[in-house]
Amino acid sequence: MPAFSCAFPGCRRDLLVIVLVVFVGIGLPIEASAPAYQSHGTEGSHLTNITNTKKAFPVLAVNYEHVRKPFEIALWILLALLMKLGFHLIPRLSAVVPESCLLIVVGLLVGGLIKVIGEEPPVLDSQLFFLCLLPPIILDAGYFLPIRPFTENVGTILVFAVIGTLWNAFFMGGLLYALCQIESVGLSGVDLLACLLFGSIVSAVDPVAVLAVFEEIHINELVHILVFGESLLNDAVTVVLYNLFEEFSKVGTVTVLDVFLGVVCFFVVSLGGVLVGAIYGFLAAFTSRFTSHTRVIEPLFVFLYSYMAYLSSEMFHLSGIMALIACGVVMRPYVEANISHKSYTTIKYFLKMWSSVSETLIFIFLGVSTVAGPHAWNWTFVITTVILCLVSRVLGVIGLTFIINKFRIVKLTKKDQFIVAYGGLRGAIAFSLGYLLSNSHQMRNLFLTAIITVIFFTVFVQGMTIRPLVELLAVKKKKESKPSINEEIHTEFLDHLLTGVEGVCGHYGHYHWKEKLNRFNKTYVKRWLIAGENFKEPELIAFYRKMELKQAIMMVESGQLPSVLPSTISMQNIQPRAIPRVSKKREEEIRRILRANLQNNKQKMRSRSYSRHTLFDADEEDNVSEVRLRKTKMEMERRVSVMERRMSHYLTVPANRESPRPGVRRVRFESDNQVFSADSFPTVHFEQPSPPSTPDAVSLEEEVPKRPSLRADIEGPRGNASDNHQGELDYQRLARCLSDPGPNKDKEDDDPFMSC
Amino acid sequence: MGSRASTLLREEEIEEIKKETGFSHSQITRLYSRFTSLDKGENGTLSREDFQRIPELAINPLGDRIINAFFPEGEDQVNFRGFMRTLAHFRPIEDNEKNKDPIASEPLNSRSNKLLFAFRLYDLDRDDKISRDELLQVLRMMVGVNISDEQLGSIADRTIQEADQNGDNSISFNEFIKVLEKVDVEQKMSIRFLH
Repeated sequence: MPAFSCAFPGCRRDLLVIVLVVFVGIGLPIEASAPAYQSHGTEGSHLTNITNTKKAFPVLAVNYEHVRKPFEIALWILLALLMKLGFHLIPRLSAVVPESCLLIVVGLLVGGLIKVIGEEPPVLDSQLFFLCLLPPIILDAGYFLPIRPFTENVGTILVFAVIGTLWNAFFMGGLLYALCQIESVGLSGVDLLACLLFGSIVSAVDPVAVLAVFEEIHINELVHILVFGESLLNDAVTVVLYNLFEEFSKVGTVTVLDVFLGVVCFFVVSLGGVLVGAIYGFLAAFTSRFTSHTRVIEPLFVFLYSYMAYLSSEMFHLSGIMALIACGVVMRPYVEANISHKSYTTIKYFLKMWSSVSETLIFIFLGVSTVAGPHAWNWTFVITTVILCLVSRVLGVIGLTFIINKFRIVKLTKKDQFIVAYGGLRGAIAFSLGYLLSNSHQMRNLFLTAIITVIFFTVFVQGMTIRPLVELLAVKKKKESKPSINEEIHTEFLDHLLTGVEGVCGHYGHYHWKEKLNRFNKTYVKRWLIAGENFKEPELIAFYRKMELKQAIMMVESGQLPSVLPSTISMQNIQPRAIPRVSKKREEEIRRILRANLQNNKQKMRSRSYSRHTLFDADEEDNVSEVRLRKTKMEMERRVSVMERRMSHYLTVPANRESPRPGVRRVRFESDNQVFSADSFPTVHFEQPSPPSTPDAVSLEEEVPKRPSLRADIEGPRGNASDNHQGELDYQRLARCLSDPGPNKDKEDDDPFMSC
Repeated sequence: MGSRASTLLREEEIEEIKKETGFSHSQITRLYSRFTSLDKGENGTLSREDFQRIPELAINPLGDRIINAFFPEGEDQVNFRGFMRTLAHFRPIEDNEKNKDPIASEPLNSRSNKLLFAFRLYDLDRDDKISRDELLQVLRMMVGVNISDEQLGSIADRTIQEADQNGDNSISFNEFIKVLEKVDVEQKMSIRFLH
């Protein structure tokens, strides 16, 4: 994450002061609970014994108990977020140490502080963790799961998740049992089942930790989806193994029937979870079909249905994580076709916000719990656990990859394998599962200590070193890509091509089934789940429309006027708006001129025209200064258009014109220079969609229609025959504000008319 | 390369095809049986009607173009070698082939040959450029009939704007390659069956 230096020298100090205040503030409420009781008591007695001593009416009273719980929760969250804020202000720290490590350290400090004060530090309550903190992170991951790479690699992911986790659990459990048999360790009381239970808890790769670390290293998509997908899908395995061994360790014996039931249970848990998630997903999609009049609560449906899916599957001891993922994946295409753009943005930001808060809280609580929790330290056991974790992971990955590569088209290279193995971090889920162990396990404390040590090791050592290792090994990084209509078209084209060739070969492969699913979706499912007539819209058109819409909104929001023409092309098949239309011939001319100027312009601008074509990323919206610049340009533009309106009287002016408005141009030139460096605004393109029919839209139609009629006639006859450097420069200046080319300096004689 | 009347595949033919396309022996025999099952006329060649009888191609928006890709210029029949030569484009790229001596001509399933194959499906008139009209035709085939011409026109314009770098208002092969550099063509244009 990029760190920026403080705006002013004192702010870092101020922040530390705030942090200290918050620290103290945590101590206060705990102490304040004592006197609070007294004041409450006196009030009560005051009311009941009115005839007794008459006190002065309490103008100001402290009643902490009244607000205690929400106050403490809010304070914790605030602390967590302030910490997060603080890290990014320290420039070099956030580049070296991943955030998760820092947060754990903070947790340790806070826990230590609380202990010093003498209070009992709060432990990461498993119920709190599983019901409140984990779901937002998983929903965020599931809703924005990149489907294409996921489905292309789903076989590999499943192999790693299921077989890899099983291997880890048994390998570790077995070897630890063997270790415990050695007399010198002093753990001879530990039986095999307890060890296997421990193995199953520690073996699972944790999605929270993986997300936290991988988010910062921007590894290539394949490796990212492999590790991340594995961390999500191994939840089913973990749930089954954990319940299995927990049950067995109470009973003490295992029969073949039990093992068989365990296998069946695995399928039930995973497929059941997916089914529950899918049902809720379809419900959510169906509900979103009717929300066109109540746009404000649309995001809530998404969140609530997903949470219900999670809770329902947890109720049946199915895999809640898989339910959540399935719900998000199923619901997304339909919901996004139905909801307004603002709801989409809201969903995106709320999910990111909640998952961010959750992640921060989880890591801080991990730190606090470490200080709090009962510990039982046994050097051999703990060290062996850590080493075995690494060893089993590496062996598992290498072995499985060897088998998988026989079936893959694109093989996993050694570098990929290394990152997959090294990125297998353990995290809070392991801790919570360990914490859930009932106290009847005599080894509980030892297990907890070992789990915490493993977590610390993986998060600190592996988390910190993975970034330099990625650099060192020159592993392929993620290529930053913007939604490109080209890629979309060509990818769909290739899909059809491959489906056809598979048909020729007589082979029912990947593309064949994908095509079948698509067709089923289009004919049966979409008409039920997508509102209005939109279900007929092909995906390509929907994609294009969204892209245009985002660009239009971005332009409007930043003060640019959207387009030369009002959209004569209604991309949403709605009835035409009451906008004066431009004749087709003129449209063609304008288009031709624009295109020509765009080509010239492109060569000048070294960056690609659509490089700012991102989905409302945070960095866009942070550029307040740029928005201001654009607003100033908009002002000038208004002036320009006023002048242009005057030009409308002189449509038959011959081609030779001089520079029309030297004054305005000069002003524009300066600001344009500034903008040049800051921005590579998507160059014009001609057709903007009309603002969407939802009430959220902004329409700037009144300004727009005037221009094309003027421009085309004046520019038309000249074409771009001698668009020389000057013309390009003009165009560059204007391109950001206006959507039509500026007049050439050489060929204008509008001066006499531009007398304003 | 005229049509051969033989319906049995001779060893030397298999060897030749193996050398040219890189398929293995078992694959060639497997695909030969597919070829013969498609060849209703039993004359050792496939005609366009034979292809159109394949149900997946009939409903495929690009069906006609794919069929045309199998037939060499101006001909109406394709024999087994031509069939294999076209299919060779979709063979997965082997690791050992990547290190192979580049003296031999580029294998048919190299990344650029795959892309060239796709490019030629767009570029019907073989002028090495995808013009706006060619793009429009493909778009029309893919999105169906409900979308108006102007909408498609604007999409086509935008597509060309994005990709075009030398300002000729069409997409050349190099620009095509550049646009697809983020797409994993080795994986996308390979059929595991042909592995």
